[in-house]
Amino acid sequence: MNLPSPAELLPQMAAALIRHLNQRQISEPRFIGIRTGGVWVAQALLETLGNPAPLGILDVSFYRDDFTQKGLHPQVQPSELPFEVEGQHLVLIDDVLMSGRTIRAALNELFDYGRPASVTLVCLLDLNARELPISPDVVGATLSLAADQRVKLSGPTPLTLELQTFAN
Amino acid sequence: MTPIDAPRPLQLNDQGQLRHFLTLDGLPRELLTEILDTADSFLEVGARAVKKVPLLRGKTVCNVFFENSTRTRTTFELAAQRLSADVITLNVSTSSTSKGESLFDTLRNLEAMAADIFVVRHADSGAAHFIAEHVCPNLAIINGGDGRHAHPTQGMLDMLTIRRHKGGFEHLSVAIVGDILHSRVARSNMLALKTLGCPDIRVIAPKTLLPVGIEQYGVSVYSDMAAGLKDVDVVIMLRLQRERMSGGLLPSEGEFYRLFGLTEQRLKLAKPDALVMHPGPINRGVEIESAVADGPQSVILNQVTYGIAVRMAVLSMAMSGQNAQRQLNQEAEESN
Repeated sequence: MNLPSPAELLPQMAAALIRHLNQRQISEPRFIGIRTGGVWVAQALLETLGNPAPLGILDVSFYRDDFTQKGLHPQVQPSELPFEVEGQHLVLIDDVLMSGRTIRAALNELFDYGRPASVTLVCLLDLNARELPISPDVVGATLSLAADQRVKLSGPTPLTLELQTFAN
Repeated sequence: MTPIDAPRPLQLNDQGQLRHFLTLDGLPRELLTEILDTADSFLEVGARAVKKVPLLRGKTVCNVFFENSTRTRTTFELAAQRLSADVITLNVSTSSTSKGESLFDTLRNLEAMAADIFVVRHADSGAAHFIAEHVCPNLAIINGGDGRHAHPTQGMLDMLTIRRHKGGFEHLSVAIVGDILHSRVARSNMLALKTLGCPDIRVIAPKTLLPVGIEQYGVSVYSDMAAGLKDVDVVIMLRLQRERMSGGLLPSEGEFYRLFGLTEQRLKLAKPDALVMHPGPINRGVEIESAVADGPQSVILNQVTYGIAVRMAVLSMAMSGQNAQRQLNQEAEESN
């Protein structure tokens, strides 16, 4: 399978995001990337948009639902939101949407900072493997993988996607 | 049957992750750094509108305190609550131990209430170790101070304080001053500083308040404040533990203050930006002058704040390590 190039996906994602925000009359959204891949995609997206807005960084390690099975992520880092969440329109950005559990964790964390006016979800890839009713508002590409396949994003520059196969 | 492995350190699981937190002795530098990094992330949580994360939701943390404590007990309670755990605190002097129940039975009863983590403070050195080894090996046991032996979370919160204010340990001179003999904080601090690569660790104390064999910690010993404080980056003052002294160790508190009290005048011997630390409770005018304790170089209250974050880190890491061990055991059982 050929994976798309992030650099080619970003311009149409930027255009789709602008359309989405305009339709909802959102003029000054706050941008938040999910560590680590989501932060890279968010930085690239802001660059494509020519938007110098400060980027919030979310580390969802403390909010994951698999703590009992997988334990604490050993490289947990602080979340950094350089703006208020209360009453703001947020654009939440992640690299790959798979089960939707990361997004659930991110939403839980965001609401501990305050009550946002809205959250728009942007993902570079949607892998059609959702286990929760969570769907992106803007997506670069949608693809379906075999059960033993994963996609890995490398970055921050250049952003590249790589297909990995796990031997069972 | 699988062969029995060589005994691994009691505090770690088969993957080398923390499962109990009993002492800093023998813990590798990477693990101490991981605790500090995790605590840094929890500090950020403490600055939010909602100071709580769901990590230990549905878990029960039992604080079992056989010895008085204010700071350690309350910050462990807050830490557990901020991790969304259910928390009970037992001050054993006011509970059934006074009706004759043994330590063993008290803990087994608490275990039957489905506790997941015990935080234990006890006047006897080795109490937490005993519980982890013989009473409740499948629960995460956290040492909240045992006798003169260890106070590892205090040690780590002191390290977090130093790292946040000084950036690291590699070029620092750190002086630990006062009643080293009775101080589990001093022992934990010496071990942590050594492991984290601090090149110049000094202890300053009268000879009667130094333990035998202090040199094994790799520290230099001073009995004179003027020489010991010269150009240090950090001064850690200790409380004079009169309640543990059987008399004869000190002429008087006044004499001790005159020779070893940290006054504004003496602090000038240290570097101008030297940090002043104290594990609390402070005895003003016994080991430290009020002007120093409340002065611009003092980070004594920051230590309390950092203590919550360090305790959150240790609670979640030990729980995580115990969970992982349980899974490993299950998998081993299934494959047999």
